Amino acid sequence: MSFDTPDDRKYLASHEWATTDEPTRIGISDFAQDELGDVVFVELPDEGDSVSHDEPFGVVESIKAVSDLYAPVSGEVVAVNEALHDQPELVNEDPYGDGWLLEIELDDESEFEELMDADEYADQIA
Amino acid sequence: MSDGPGGKESRTGQNGPTENGREPGRTYDQATYAVSDDENEPLLTEKRSDTVEPGDALPDDLTRDDLTLPNPEEPELARHYTRLSQMNWSVESGPYPLGSCTMKYNPPVTEDVAADPNGAVHPDRSADSIQGTLGLLAGLQDYLARIGGMDAVSLQPPAGAAGEFTGIAVARAYHRANGDDRSEVLIPSSAHGTNFATAALAGYDVVELPSAEDGRVDMEALEAAVSEDTAALMLTNPNTVGLFERDIEAVADVVHDAGGLLYYDGANLNALLGRARPGDMGFDIMHYNVHKTFATPHGGGGPGAGPVGVTEELAPFLPNPRVEATDSGYELVESDEAIENVHGFQGNWLVLVKAYAYIARLGDSGLRDASAKAVLNANYLAEQIDLDVPYGPFHHEFAATAGDAAAADVAKRMLDFGVHPPTTNWPEMVPEAMLTEPTEIESKQSLDDLAAAFNNALGSSEDERHDAPSRTTAKRIDQTSAAREPRLSWQALEE
Repeated sequence: MSFDTPDDRKYLASHEWATTDEPTRIGISDFAQDELGDVVFVELPDEGDSVSHDEPFGVVESIKAVSDLYAPVSGEVVAVNEALHDQPELVNEDPYGDGWLLEIELDDESEFEELMDADEYADQIA
Repeated sequence: MSDGPGGKESRTGQNGPTENGREPGRTYDQATYAVSDDENEPLLTEKRSDTVEPGDALPDDLTRDDLTLPNPEEPELARHYTRLSQMNWSVESGPYPLGSCTMKYNPPVTEDVAADPNGAVHPDRSADSIQGTLGLLAGLQDYLARIGGMDAVSLQPPAGAAGEFTGIAVARAYHRANGDDRSEVLIPSSAHGTNFATAALAGYDVVELPSAEDGRVDMEALEAAVSEDTAALMLTNPNTVGLFERDIEAVADVVHDAGGLLYYDGANLNALLGRARPGDMGFDIMHYNVHKTFATPHGGGGPGAGPVGVTEELAPFLPNPRVEATDSGYELVESDEAIENVHGFQGNWLVLVKAYAYIARLGDSGLRDASAKAVLNANYLAEQIDLDVPYGPFHHEFAATAGDAAAADVAKRMLDFGVHPPTTNWPEMVPEAMLTEPTEIESKQSLDDLAAAFNNALGSSEDERHDAPSRTTAKRIDQTSAAREPRLSWQALEE
């Protein structure tokens, strides 16, 4: 099975992505949503909270498992995808689009260098 | 279906009985105990209800004007509950190999003992008037201590999870009494979820330990994680994929050298009964799941018991009271250093009676035989199935993988072959895991049936698995909708 790995963003080994263009959005990969199965609940921080590179910032719950979410890059949360409260299935249906999780004000652009690009991430999940 | 004689409208209210609301001469399917796919056994209220007036014992503003209550005739009531039980599945219907849950057959002899009216004494009676009761409790404390290699036992915790909490609370009290306020509990990532919850509820930070390649405790990770903040390491042995922790004495040394305590989760004691004892391996505290190991009924929210055993130096911290044998008979004793009570009196007495009766009935040789057969059955079954078992050698349970198939779908399809499936998708270290524990109670014939169910389910087409089960009363549950849009009250049915 092959999974989508768009190259306008970079990836953490734990399957979260961050867009390289502004605004910086964070979400989980197509592979991750498929592994999880139907997502039923997403717990996210509030606007104004800080998230840190490779540290947990929330929880995603599917019918199979409950998993921590890790932030690919550090920053202050400026928007949370409120639609996920009522429609957690957006994470499954459109993980790179409507299923985004957070929008952040980036602390340090150089953290992107520690992330995988699309090809490297595609190799990891191959 | 029209709202004729069988219609829902006429089933309730004061219209009298309507033959269970069904058309006479209906077709009956014994396999599913259902009349048709869309009509199962009605609710009791739908069979026959009567409206009553509450009377004037209470002020009007506290009572309803009238109340509709089910009022079936007695044979109808008996058939209703029997039918519901037939639509259910139990270990008395067939194999029930839920790994880690240990669905053991509960011999009725233990119920007979618990039903003896001599056992129905009020716990507030004076100790000298209930010597028999106290003798049984002392006997069970002694049995459990000897089985686990512990020095003292509290029977008070009302469930396995409550036993875990009690055990960690005892560890916390012990450290504090030594002026040593530690902050962390170490738990392997493959541990039972209750371990993490227990440590967090007791106020500790949870430090998760990765497993080594071979599925056991990673000694390097353990050595890196222990510190003077380590209050305890919680382990089960054999672990959650059935592997014996061969380095358990070295693990104990590492934890003890750092001043921590070693906690044994009794969930997997079945593999060790009469052969090895947690106390001899270096464990300081343990809980016993009497519903798993000693065949008391699984609580399901009802009364249970999760006794806790400890070493001598931790005994003063066990909850009060405990029973002690003295020269002048059995007495209830209290310790000033005890943690607060986790339940009333001696815990759930009748559950403890059943555990005592089971142990007494089996005796030393019976307990040894139980662990031997539990391990033999798991290993025989694993040999008969077409699924891979990535970790071994295992003992009383094994974590098979469904491979490319979805474990949940294989499990649902197994229902169509007349068995209960194993635990699925756990532990997470095995992909598409099917954690299987047949227990010692199954014969070779039923293990062969179980193996055939595994193999038939794995050999079914993806569509058959996806649509399964098709031969049971209840069909596939829509877990996703249930989680996303939970309707938690029967009143939601009428919305």
